[in-house]
Amino acid sequence: MFGDYSIGDLGSIFVMQGFAGLILFSVYVLMALGLAIIFGQMGVINMAHGEFMILGAYVTWLTSNAFQHYLPSLFPGYFFLAMALAFLAAGALGMLVEWVLIRHLYKRPLDTLLATWGLSLMLQQAYRSIFGAREVGVELPQWMLGSLKVTDSIEVPINGIFVISLTILITIVVAYVLYMSRWGRQVRAVVQNRVMAGAVGINTEKVDRYTFGLGCGIAGVAGSAFTMIGSTGPTSGQLYIVDTFLVVVFGGAASLLGTIASAFSISQTQSTLEFFMSGSMAKVLTLLAVVGILMLRPQGLFALKVRK
Amino acid sequence: MIINSRFFNRSELIGFIALAAILFVILPLTLDVFRLNLVAKYLTYAFVAIGLVLCWGYGGILSLGQGVFFGLGGYCMAMFLKLEASSVENTKIQSTPGIPDFMDWNQITALPLFWQPFHSLTLTILLIILVPGLFALIIGTAMFKRRVGGTYFAIITQAIAAILTILIVGQQGYTGGINGMTDLRTLKGWDIRPDHAKVILYFVEVVLLFACIGIAQFIRLTKLGRILVAMREQEDRVRFSGYSVANFKIFAFCMAAVFAAIGGAMFALNVGFMSPSFVGIVPSIEMVIYTAVGGRMSIFGAVWGAILVNFAKTSLSESFPQLWLFGLGALFIAVVLAFPNGLSGLWADYVQPRIDRLWASRKSKSEWADTSVADGAPAE
Repeated sequence: MFGDYSIGDLGSIFVMQGFAGLILFSVYVLMALGLAIIFGQMGVINMAHGEFMILGAYVTWLTSNAFQHYLPSLFPGYFFLAMALAFLAAGALGMLVEWVLIRHLYKRPLDTLLATWGLSLMLQQAYRSIFGAREVGVELPQWMLGSLKVTDSIEVPINGIFVISLTILITIVVAYVLYMSRWGRQVRAVVQNRVMAGAVGINTEKVDRYTFGLGCGIAGVAGSAFTMIGSTGPTSGQLYIVDTFLVVVFGGAASLLGTIASAFSISQTQSTLEFFMSGSMAKVLTLLAVVGILMLRPQGLFALKVRK
Repeated sequence: MIINSRFFNRSELIGFIALAAILFVILPLTLDVFRLNLVAKYLTYAFVAIGLVLCWGYGGILSLGQGVFFGLGGYCMAMFLKLEASSVENTKIQSTPGIPDFMDWNQITALPLFWQPFHSLTLTILLIILVPGLFALIIGTAMFKRRVGGTYFAIITQAIAAILTILIVGQQGYTGGINGMTDLRTLKGWDIRPDHAKVILYFVEVVLLFACIGIAQFIRLTKLGRILVAMREQEDRVRFSGYSVANFKIFAFCMAAVFAAIGGAMFALNVGFMSPSFVGIVPSIEMVIYTAVGGRMSIFGAVWGAILVNFAKTSLSESFPQLWLFGLGALFIAVVLAFPNGLSGLWADYVQPRIDRLWASRKSKSEWADTSVADGAPAE
């Protein structure tokens, strides 16, 4: 399969495909971060995670339309406001869902799966009724278009670079919040021993609600970033949910580093394979490899050793 | 606790007779062939739902990949029918006669090796059972021997459903791609398309369904069923008592897979085509909801769940397509939050006590109080 390419061409192919993989990696990481918090920390399987992401995408789309109509002069910077709004909208919806639905189900993790799947169906239908079944695309500001020419045969798109830097920034913020802040310490305490955490005065219900909200909020930001590289439809979220769960499980739930490492390996494998075979076969091989490795090593790449 | 030695206790017997009367007599007499064929389609999911009762309700293993086994069974059957439909006379106009039309469209000139066994009906029937059974055995052994269970198992089975769908859609030349296998005509020369054939197929399916109900009920009553329940409630204690938890889980999972495969094969026969849209994540999770709505602990409940949810789906999506997804979503949430034991739980809580009271008052009126019926006491 390498026959027709020279060494230099192959190098460029790997770099370009690697960069395409990095964009996929960013989407995976952004989605998986929220999921890792919710699934890894709380044990809740949130099948509606993709729909929270799409909510962020629609909020971004609405913001960009609003800026185009009312504040065209500020349009180049709309994205930053849109991202904040996406975070708030998805986070608020997440907290509402936690309060109405999830908090009754903490002892039954498999049932959270069914209930959130139901939620995802309802959200999809709601998006379809409100925004229409057609996919919508966000108009990018001028400075994000075009690409950077690195060498003669290697070009990288600017929006890709932006999404990747955004991902790195958000990952650092999340890591800081979880591992450095007082609130993050409370979250981890509740995860390790709910009863003891409650006994030392942590309001576990409140921590649960904010944790769920944070996870959904990050999904909203992921949706916001997603609009820059693809269009959004009511069912776009569902396409990513299984992949994202695999990313989280493969990385070892509850491990932030593992999530990032697994997102990186899965996305790079897939995008590199995609060049040499059809997209569907690349995906099948990647997923098969992940499932195979998970069967050999069920605890994932980076397992946190906790006494259960 | 005394183990009931009878095959059905009284309330189950009522359920059995009611279901048998409705499926064998009332529906065939009252529905036209088109609607009866729809019921046959719904009942194919009842096979899956019964398997899920064993595996999820009793064994506590939630599989989100039942569509895989439904699909494997269905595709095995469809491949046989497709081969018969693409005989050399039927496919004269193709550049390679004698192979299925989609292969010809995809420039494949010879029948692939894995299609060869499907020339024989006996082998096909064996493969319908064996392929999904072995596949479940491999997955189950790999997972349960390593004590992977619960949510992880659910996610991985879901991933397998996704993989199989992508594979079927991607390998158009070998599987028919997104359109699936259409234009299935005859079974050993017997046309499956006309009305009288549909009626016969319906009855064949109902007989098979009752056979599966019988097997499931048998498993439930034996020690095996009790170990499954014990395992679901306290896995470690069962392990410490010397039972191999993994083997029991593998067994339950394989049974569920085989039931699902039979359902899939009947689907291909009754509906006349098979496509990847019955394999993937969405249909797999819908199959779980049939069981949940019917009651994850009740075999008859699961059958009713499959019939009623599908009936609601057909009638709602015919008249209010917008409402259907809202309804289905709400159903998921309601089943989980409000009535986790589904319809059969509601029946046991509200209807059954009244029937028992009625029964008791009738019995006290008639003088002969037979002590042997004492096991039907309302205390259950």
